[in-house]
Amino acid sequence: MTSPYIPLLFLVALGGGFAVFSVLIAGLTGPKRYNRAKVDAYECGIEPTPQASGGGKVPIKYYLTAMLFIIFDVESVFLYPFATAFDKLGLFALVEMVLFILTVFVAYSYVWRRGGLDWD
Amino acid sequence: MTPAVTTLVPAFEAVKVDYTAIAPILIVFGGSMVGVLVEAFAPRRSRHTTQVALTLVTLAAALGALLLWSRDNHAKTLGGSIVIDGPAVFLQGTLLVLSILGVLTMAEKWGGQDADAFTPMGAATPGSPQEAAAARAGFTTSEVFPLTLIAVGGMLLFPAAGDLITAFIALEVLSLPLYIMTGLARRRRLLSQEASLKYFLLGAFSSAFFLFGAALLFAYAGSLDFDKIASVTAAADPALEGLLVPGVLLVLIGLLFKVGAVPFHSWTPDAYQGAPTPVTGFMAACTKLAAFGAILRVAYVAFDGSRWDWRVEVIAVAILTMVVGSVLSVTQTDVKRLLAYSSVAHAGFILVGVLAFSRQGVQGVLFYLVAYGFTTIAAFAIVSMVRAGGPDGSVGSEASHLSQWAGLGKEHPVVAGVFAFLLLAFAGIPLTSGFTAKFAVFAPAVADGGRAGVTMAIVGVLCSAITGFVYVRLIVLMFFTEAGSDEVEVLVPSALTTVAVTVGTAATVLLGIAPGLVLSLADSASQFIR
Repeated sequence: MTSPYIPLLFLVALGGGFAVFSVLIAGLTGPKRYNRAKVDAYECGIEPTPQASGGGKVPIKYYLTAMLFIIFDVESVFLYPFATAFDKLGLFALVEMVLFILTVFVAYSYVWRRGGLDWD
Repeated sequence: MTPAVTTLVPAFEAVKVDYTAIAPILIVFGGSMVGVLVEAFAPRRSRHTTQVALTLVTLAAALGALLLWSRDNHAKTLGGSIVIDGPAVFLQGTLLVLSILGVLTMAEKWGGQDADAFTPMGAATPGSPQEAAAARAGFTTSEVFPLTLIAVGGMLLFPAAGDLITAFIALEVLSLPLYIMTGLARRRRLLSQEASLKYFLLGAFSSAFFLFGAALLFAYAGSLDFDKIASVTAAADPALEGLLVPGVLLVLIGLLFKVGAVPFHSWTPDAYQGAPTPVTGFMAACTKLAAFGAILRVAYVAFDGSRWDWRVEVIAVAILTMVVGSVLSVTQTDVKRLLAYSSVAHAGFILVGVLAFSRQGVQGVLFYLVAYGFTTIAAFAIVSMVRAGGPDGSVGSEASHLSQWAGLGKEHPVVAGVFAFLLLAFAGIPLTSGFTAKFAVFAPAVADGGRAGVTMAIVGVLCSAITGFVYVRLIVLMFFTEAGSDEVEVLVPSALTTVAVTVGTAATVLLGIAPGLVLSLADSASQFIR
């Protein structure tokens, strides 16, 4: 019998290969027409060079968003193993999971009502 | 799913849960969830009243559940990760009573709209237009109450934790709300924020120590369960000693940090001074109680077999704690810092009881925690009543500098008298709870602790004398010194603070005059389930 970890290694190789291949092929075949927007900082809109604007201060909203993301991210991390073993865990685990999700929903409703989801 | 993967997943077996045994914990956590929902959906005007009522009802319900169900229902549940036994039930009951008193002091409005000690908006000064604007925009101070409930839930879990992971989770659940609450003071914002940051950073360090220790112990015993660690230790494998001793010491550092033992005490004065005074009282009484509960359990259950490897170090910590706490309290000029250093010294006295390693030692520690908790909450409630005059007759910030307390006894004999009595209890004068408590921890140390126990008891008595000097000096200042030029007023408390002070003081008297009932309760509760 082959080791159960071989599919895992295969998956890692496939994922890495796909990433390398995509980046290389895009660089080789894609058209290169630069404009101002294309060379801007990606994602967060904070200019890191030559000097960070506002003395390097980041609006606190980013932290709030990041924290909220982590909470719900962790929730889904817990949901995955539960989902894969759902058929074996039975009713008890289902009730526990519902309670867990409800708890996170309580936090969600608090964030929503207190304006944590409004950007401005 | 491939057959190969299926073999990796063992058959799932649902854990047995004894719901009656953990009902108090569940009620408190449930109440905190409802509290968060109230915070989200209840109209602002009624939020304060709703939250206070909800918090008190939750705590009372948990206390009721404890007395009805878990008192006689000693059990290991959730696969051994929660152990409800004598010490756990005793400490949980005390915790619930003390946190009810703590919540009463937090709810005090002093004539304002919301709980007075807490800020609705970090950047606004009390009574300023900015603060009024923040209040109009919907910022309130009632979040403190769900936070308190979450902290209480963690504290209930901490002394009942049966493995290191549960203990760690309980530690974090009780600490995180406290870090926030420390930073919520409405007056002296900078001090409060500084306190919160220091408490958080040092607390994070100590949590890391705890986790490092837990990892080493897992490597040693192959399990995080306290009984498993104990049984592996009993089978002593000298080759693995190098994992055991550092592991035990690192876990103990994490726990000793929470009780403020020297040299892990440096956060105590700052956090106690900066935190809103009702929070300081709650923190001092309840955190100490929960953390000593956990220390008792690890010392008597998990690390009992390895006692000779860590005993000397903890004895040194206990002696240092008593000496440093009492000597530094002499130099303090701020009432809250003075009480903070005195709480450090008290942590040392309680450690002496822990190190007796006998049933009487456990009994003494349990009794000490009850006595100290009631006295502390009442004392900090009184500190929150003494204010410097604010601008145009409004409520000012606390007159915490010692010079402002001069001559207080002449104008406000009742308040100063009660405070003096509580100070005498801290000092351990006979006919107060402090005397009985000190006797209850020093006697078993002398009887069962061998030469080290006698040494610690002697150091303890000497340090009591030093702290006694500090308290008597404050009493002399209040009653026999002319008032200074500062304008100091004593606010007239509402029923909330009055009840907290009265109950705390009454308990201090009762435990001093007739300690029999609580002592026998503590005695019958002093047996751990292994």
